[in-house]
Amino acid sequence: MSAVGFPFSPHSPQTEAIAAVFSIVLAIAAAIFLVVASGVAYCSVRFRAREGAGEPRQLFGSRGIEVLWTVVPLMIVAGLFVITVRAMVLIDAPQDSSRTPDLIITGHQWWWDARYPSGAVATGDIHIPAGRRQLVRIESTDVIHDFWVPELARKMDAVPGRPSYIWLEADAPGTYSGTCSEFCGAQHAWMRFRVVAEPEATFSAWLRRQLEESPEPTGAAVEGGRLFRAKKCVDCHSAVSVKGPSLAHLASREFLGSGIARNTPGNLALWLTDPQAAKPGNHMPLTPLSATERDALLAFLESLQ
Amino acid sequence: MKAWLCAIDHKRVGILYILSALLFFLAGGMEAMVMRAQLAAPNLKLITPEIYNQMFTMHGTTMIFLVAMPVLTGFGVYLVPLMIGANEMALPRLGALSFWLQLFGGVLLYISFASGSAPAAGWFSYAPLSEKAFSTGAGVDYWALALLLITGGVVGSAINLIVTVLTERAPGMTMRLVPLFVWSTFITSVMILFALPALAAALVMLLSDRLLHARFFDPAQGGSPLLWQHYFWIFGHPEVYIVVLPAFGMISEIIPVFSRKPVFGYPFMATSTVAIAFLSYGVWAHHMFAVALGRNFLAVFAAASMLIAVPTGMKIFSWIATMWGGAIRFSTAMMFAVAFLLEFTIGGLSGVAFAAVPVDWQLTDTYFVVAHIHYVLFGGTVFALLAATHYWFPKMSGRLMDDKLGRSSFWLIVLGFNAAVFVQHFLGLMGMTRRVYTYPNLPWFGPLNLISTVGAAILVFGIFIFLCNVGMSLLFGAPAGDDPWNAWTLEWAAASPPLQENFAEIPEVRSRRPLWDRKHPEAPDWMSV
Repeated sequence: MSAVGFPFSPHSPQTEAIAAVFSIVLAIAAAIFLVVASGVAYCSVRFRAREGAGEPRQLFGSRGIEVLWTVVPLMIVAGLFVITVRAMVLIDAPQDSSRTPDLIITGHQWWWDARYPSGAVATGDIHIPAGRRQLVRIESTDVIHDFWVPELARKMDAVPGRPSYIWLEADAPGTYSGTCSEFCGAQHAWMRFRVVAEPEATFSAWLRRQLEESPEPTGAAVEGGRLFRAKKCVDCHSAVSVKGPSLAHLASREFLGSGIARNTPGNLALWLTDPQAAKPGNHMPLTPLSATERDALLAFLESLQ
Repeated sequence: MKAWLCAIDHKRVGILYILSALLFFLAGGMEAMVMRAQLAAPNLKLITPEIYNQMFTMHGTTMIFLVAMPVLTGFGVYLVPLMIGANEMALPRLGALSFWLQLFGGVLLYISFASGSAPAAGWFSYAPLSEKAFSTGAGVDYWALALLLITGGVVGSAINLIVTVLTERAPGMTMRLVPLFVWSTFITSVMILFALPALAAALVMLLSDRLLHARFFDPAQGGSPLLWQHYFWIFGHPEVYIVVLPAFGMISEIIPVFSRKPVFGYPFMATSTVAIAFLSYGVWAHHMFAVALGRNFLAVFAAASMLIAVPTGMKIFSWIATMWGGAIRFSTAMMFAVAFLLEFTIGGLSGVAFAAVPVDWQLTDTYFVVAHIHYVLFGGTVFALLAATHYWFPKMSGRLMDDKLGRSSFWLIVLGFNAAVFVQHFLGLMGMTRRVYTYPNLPWFGPLNLISTVGAAILVFGIFIFLCNVGMSLLFGAPAGDDPWNAWTLEWAAASPPLQENFAEIPEVRSRRPLWDRKHPEAPDWMSV
């Protein structure tokens, strides 16, 4: 999908705090590695066996040195622990189910959807207002997934039957790439999404648009709309079903199948005629379609602006 | 043939363990190469997602349960009696039974391929993905049953090793005088007794869910998916140390001999092994930091996970101090041992990064973890095993390995391994998650993955040279003699290869280096320590 989600190009106070901890850990680790590597290198050169030399002096240990390299690492570890706990307090959202979340994000095999208090549902692109911290409830309807937007937030497992909460925040408008980060079955690789952070006004306008119906279908799309119901597509693909992603406003999406393909008529047609070829392992049943039925459905789906 | 099938002699059983591990190592290696080929470039379709998921499930399961544990057990079973001056394991028939349980567990696991549905839920088999509703084939059943058999074998051999160390030591060899390899094998075996039952219990629960419609892990029926994770990692994290501590023991034998000095700070080394074993039971939840388990709960596990780095770091410093002031001979065994120090340190340090919970919140389940575990398990355990093979091969076969081939394989393995795995740190930092059968064409993803695949191919070539060296040396190697390295522990007092009866006369032991005492009657260790 879009740009690399480099966790250490943080775009929120939470990920900035994580990046700060990582920088400290990296510095400590580099210093320790340097000590070890120079020790090994020095010994390898300086104490290589010389021709004809006898056994070196037999030294069995030294209590002082041993205590030193126990105590110094202990102090480093203690410091690291303090830094860790401080950052945790800063980053972690309250795990408090009594508070109404700004957004409920649910993982499914294999897509994410986001539900807003207004009733709007977003699939694929999750919109948030830039600069305003959102309390997000993470849920799953089937197996364990993990919601991860490297630039914006810590990752959080989506455990079925056990909702959890994170802060999701973007300090500037932009599009941020996200993905599922817990192995969840055949198509774990394609459970990607984007978070679109927008200025307040744009965000409110987007939110209003989500609640509007797509324009009445015309032409071939009318027959497609009928088929969408007659062929039972609607049973899974509705805002209330958890069996398949909602297709509301499908035509305005850039990707299909959580990132596996671009949203082109050809790729969409493949989903209709051979879902297993479009995304192997997905749970969409094969529904036999004639060429005219396929084209009508395609016209209907393309009309969902 | 019959002599091998019915073998109960510890040397034969040990060799059987090592050979079976080698066989499965080739299988696991092939699985890794299939994955690396599929990941060589973005959006490749060489294999289906299902096959890819089977590959990484089988690779992980194979390398842990059918390679790392059996090969370390094999070296333990072969060497422990020799090192403590015994002629046999305490329970030889249990030893043979343990091996065959382990082997048939492996065979059962691989039969799943023939059944058409190899397990594909990962070596960790998280519920509810591993439940019947989401893993419909028989793969996970094969996986769980195979692991139950293997668990039986592993526990049997652990009991055998514990009893042997406790009861079969040569006169004079107190527990404070055993070689460090024996000590770490002993502690590892004790760890197995406490860790593996948690796995067995979890497997029985999973099988009950899948086959008997129980509801241990099904949230819709009041079960808990997290219960599986707790059980699995109470086993799973000690398991990491179970496959690393014996490797530490090997390094503690090899570095002193080739530095011509006793190991630095034996009491600290022995104590730090116990400290690691103890702490390893208090760190399992660091595999679950991305679950909302509560801040205080996580902080406790973070503290323990950081603490465990201290005794581990002490060992690294002690090995360097052993080299310090020595007269180092760079045999191939020593080269692998020295490379181990550097590679393992990288894996240990990236492990500390994961103990810092916020870092884990970003990097867990990314390629950064893949890099970390491979630096620990390959850079650590496998490098130590390669050192150990070059070191003890003359004892086991009576012949020396070729040094020139050894050096070629060493450089190829070091180059290939680091090229394959080091770049995975960057991929993880850039947001590439693990266990994905393909990835989008994001900046750097393609080139870095290609480097990793090429590195893996070089590594395979290096391993091939190593195996050629083993095979050719077995046939044409120069005779080794009983004590080719001028070493100090008792196995070098036996013939190469040892006779059916290891020691015609059971040696008397007065220090940690009985052969030093014999070679230096003017300055024996028991006078200076």
